[in-house]
Amino acid sequence: MGTEIFERIREKTGENVSLCYSCRKCSSGCPVAFAMDIFPHEVMGLISLGEERRLLESSTIWLCAACETCCLRCPNGIDIAGVMDGLRQIAIASNAKPSESEIESFHRAFLLGIEEFGRTNEPVLIGIYKALTRRLIDDLHLGSIMLLRRKIKLVPKFVRDRKSIAKIFRDSGWRFRRESKN
Amino acid sequence: MKNLSFSYYPGCSQSGSAEEYGLSCEALCKALEIELIEIPDWNCCGASSAHMTDDFLSVALPARNLAIAKERGLDILVACAACYSRMRIAQQRLLEDEELAMNVERTIGMNPRFDGSIRHLLDVIVNDVGLANMKKWKRNDLSGIRAVPYYGCLLVRPREICALGSTENPTELDELLRFAGVEVIDWSYKTDCCGGRLSLSRSDIVHRLVSELFSRAKEAGANSIVTACPMCASNLEMRQSPSRLRFSIVHEMPVFYFTELLGIALGLSGSLGWLKRHIISPVPLLRSAGIGIS
Repeated sequence: MGTEIFERIREKTGENVSLCYSCRKCSSGCPVAFAMDIFPHEVMGLISLGEERRLLESSTIWLCAACETCCLRCPNGIDIAGVMDGLRQIAIASNAKPSESEIESFHRAFLLGIEEFGRTNEPVLIGIYKALTRRLIDDLHLGSIMLLRRKIKLVPKFVRDRKSIAKIFRDSGWRFRRESKN
Repeated sequence: MKNLSFSYYPGCSQSGSAEEYGLSCEALCKALEIELIEIPDWNCCGASSAHMTDDFLSVALPARNLAIAKERGLDILVACAACYSRMRIAQQRLLEDEELAMNVERTIGMNPRFDGSIRHLLDVIVNDVGLANMKKWKRNDLSGIRAVPYYGCLLVRPREICALGSTENPTELDELLRFAGVEVIDWSYKTDCCGGRLSLSRSDIVHRLVSELFSRAKEAGANSIVTACPMCASNLEMRQSPSRLRFSIVHEMPVFYFTELLGIALGLSGSLGWLKRHIISPVPLLRSAGIGIS
């Protein structure tokens, strides 16, 4: 249909969202649709209409659980979860303020941990996440149970060849660290 | 029986909150004579956060593991459903998109075009080892456990990389549990989402999804739930009981990894060590069913 966001998504993900005819199978099967501001099938329509700002500021693109139920259900074979990924990546690149800042902080914390260690270490992930979101007292009871059951390993695991991990992050142009977000 | 030997990709959670999964996987593979050669210096696959935020990262992180495994030349065995999904998707994209493969190769300095098979442990046990071949090793019967098999999302979707025989109604876990003597309860929520990595940032969503799953499991008459994914197991165990009066239902249904139940059925030692790590202890259920654990 030729709008800018439509072409960007098509180029980024390979998906032609104009194939959508709003049958709503995706939205009906989406486990997190109840919490979204825009339904998945509506996202397809909005892309075709060029409503870039609404899409990039939606909570939908952040709440998508990537369960791929929508993709399986779509009679036109649209990779809807892939389109969600594409929209989210465009939102990050455009410095749009994420409507779900805790989810964005979670991704940032997760990837910072990998960039440092090459592996995901739960205490590191939780620590960075809590520092970024300042949600210090959430789940304290759960955290203490996990410590008692030795589910949280305090000594981090790491990759020896961390230089190659750092290079992967550099070459991807990973944006989270480079921007100064406020 | 074939000589089974794999490059093993454990995944990060196995040395963290899913340690019991890691321990039971390795004990089980040893007992079933599946040789696991850990991929040397393997790195995190990137899980959800990589593909959700950066496309190149989502391929390059798993690609490094594929490249290292390529040198040994064996098929890859993965225990974690999310890692399985990321590795397979990366493999497919690298083999289909030469420009991407060249860029990744330039970054990691190794050839990432892995053309072997990437398999999930559940598939290997049921289809390669074969349940019939395992009869001679069975020591304990697990009747008394009434379980719903919970496959989750990433073992079966997207369809192109489905690890099991069916995307909509897989049965490998059902068969494995039946072999162990478990009464397998049929239910309609085998592949419903648990909420995945939203556990920390939107635990309200995960509570709702997990609460629904447990209500359905209870309704179907189950006294336990069995999973094949560390993220699902984590959510099912930790987000079951409501926090801050959000829901009125409190569930206390134990959650097993399929490897733990199979390990107990085969009489493997060390099973108590796995079970002690659970948030909701499954020991009372096993004791009441008269199942011996060591």
